[in-house]
Amino acid sequence: MSLLRVENVVKFFGGLMAVGNVSFDVPEGCVYGLIGPNGAGKTTVFNLITGNYKLNKGNIVFKGENITGMLTPRVVALGIARTFQNIRLFSNMSVLENVLAGYHCRMKSGALAAMLRLPKQRAEERRAIGKAIAELRFVGLEAEAENLARNLSYGNQRLLEIARALASDPALIILDEPAGGMNEYETTALVDLIERIRARGITVMLIEHDMSLVMRACEYIVVLEHGKKIAEGSPEVIKADPKVIEAYLGSDDDEI
Amino acid sequence: MSVSGNNIRIGLYAAVAVCWVAAPFFLDNYQTDVLNNIAIYALLGLSLNIILGYGGMFHMGHAAFFAIGAYTTAIMNTSWGIPVLWLLPLSGITAGVFALVVARPIIHLRGDYLLIVTIGMVEIVRIALVNNIFGITGGPNGIFGIASPQVFGYPINGIVHPAHYFYLLTVFIAFTIAVFYLLEHSRYGRALKYLCSDSVAAEGSGIDTSGYKLSAFVIGAFWAGMVGNLYAGKITFISPESFSFWESVVMFMIVILGGAGSIPGVLLGAILIIGLPEFFQELQQYRLLIFGIALVAMMIFRPQGVLPPKPHTYPVDKIDEKEVAL
Repeated sequence: MSLLRVENVVKFFGGLMAVGNVSFDVPEGCVYGLIGPNGAGKTTVFNLITGNYKLNKGNIVFKGENITGMLTPRVVALGIARTFQNIRLFSNMSVLENVLAGYHCRMKSGALAAMLRLPKQRAEERRAIGKAIAELRFVGLEAEAENLARNLSYGNQRLLEIARALASDPALIILDEPAGGMNEYETTALVDLIERIRARGITVMLIEHDMSLVMRACEYIVVLEHGKKIAEGSPEVIKADPKVIEAYLGSDDDEI
Repeated sequence: MSVSGNNIRIGLYAAVAVCWVAAPFFLDNYQTDVLNNIAIYALLGLSLNIILGYGGMFHMGHAAFFAIGAYTTAIMNTSWGIPVLWLLPLSGITAGVFALVVARPIIHLRGDYLLIVTIGMVEIVRIALVNNIFGITGGPNGIFGIASPQVFGYPINGIVHPAHYFYLLTVFIAFTIAVFYLLEHSRYGRALKYLCSDSVAAEGSGIDTSGYKLSAFVIGAFWAGMVGNLYAGKITFISPESFSFWESVVMFMIVILGGAGSIPGVLLGAILIIGLPEFFQELQQYRLLIFGIALVAMMIFRPQGVLPPKPHTYPVDKIDEKEVAL
């Protein structure tokens, strides 16, 4: 059974069709790539899945539940976590606090429990800190726990976003250009990290421009152009697909 | 922050607390009453800090919640003779319920838009009080003859013995600081700081931002309502003038100037904004001029406030290795 099913999704921004009738299935436990030239609608598809945008038509089904039009916090609670293309950390808060944000939806204590400092609340805080440290260790940022997020290097900020997303115990993690701004060495480590995330039983979906990363990390790839799906299949199939080659290299004014 | 730095800070806070508690022994009644005013505004600042400091919502109508708490106490006490301190929780609840109803439709507004709507709210409340709404607020004259609060049968008169009232307020401030400190460093307080820092990222991390914003309003209003109760019991006479838009501005200044999101900052803000003008009594009309210049200078040279919040350190090293689990 597929973990996530996107069915005939349509999204307009005014008169511009950003996503036109896109469908795909993400099977459980795979690394799924979403690629395409700039402006193809990849991030829009992610924003539709996570409820940041309202879609005009179509359905999104996650774990058999229709999540179309559901608010983002509910989507996260159901098990879809994401990172952002343009890093969005809580920059003036510590690295640890950033990760705690992800675990927020798995905690229960409210304002009253905090004001009364109930034993249950204190135990939960401890558990949350333990969880956050574990996630930081998982991405390799444990030593930075008490630094401010804004003082991290660019690549480490991307890793911190991943740690924050992982802290919500997702079934599906959506990475929007995780290798953006990373050097070759960091990218290789990222491929390894993605593999380890998958080994934890978390399905990974990613948008990426770095083709070497996509081809190394993904088992299945969907290609979008102008908001439409033009190809899908394994990396080998995609590499050989004439439509994909045309989309990327085709006419002179396209990006190279 | 190094350990010694932390110790110096705690020592400083302790010294200030001791001076505060001992102050009435060295001051006359008028000066102690000034301290009482500082205490009332410190409490109001702390309650506004939940909304404006942690949540980052530009709320300039806090006097409305303060007024509702004070009027609840005044009406219930003068009509039915219910002791003032018994009305403390009820005053908070009426203000909190009012905030829930009023804030719900405006909670999604951002920055300056929210500011303007909350200014409207505080004006509407003041006008409603002036117009003797439901025939119970006493119109522009307000309500006279509110009883003084009693603690174990011992009346605490804020006019005759300001020092007595000073200690009642001090106990309440200590309680407020403790409770708000715990709130700040909890899941709840963090959620407010996340949504203040980046609401899209907060939503993306699973935080129900509008729910938290609304609850921040309710908690802030609940506390302001309780302060209204203590205020009514202190001066025993309230009128709409005490809850004008200007009062909201003063509370706003206390939080922003002292350090938004910082409890020591807000306390210092109250001392500076309410206490300092007393020192410049003889300057008369130039007082506000100096005050204005000081405010402008502050906003240019130290916009984060006199004592901005310190990053919280978590007991990372006290967590056992076996508690570190995915």
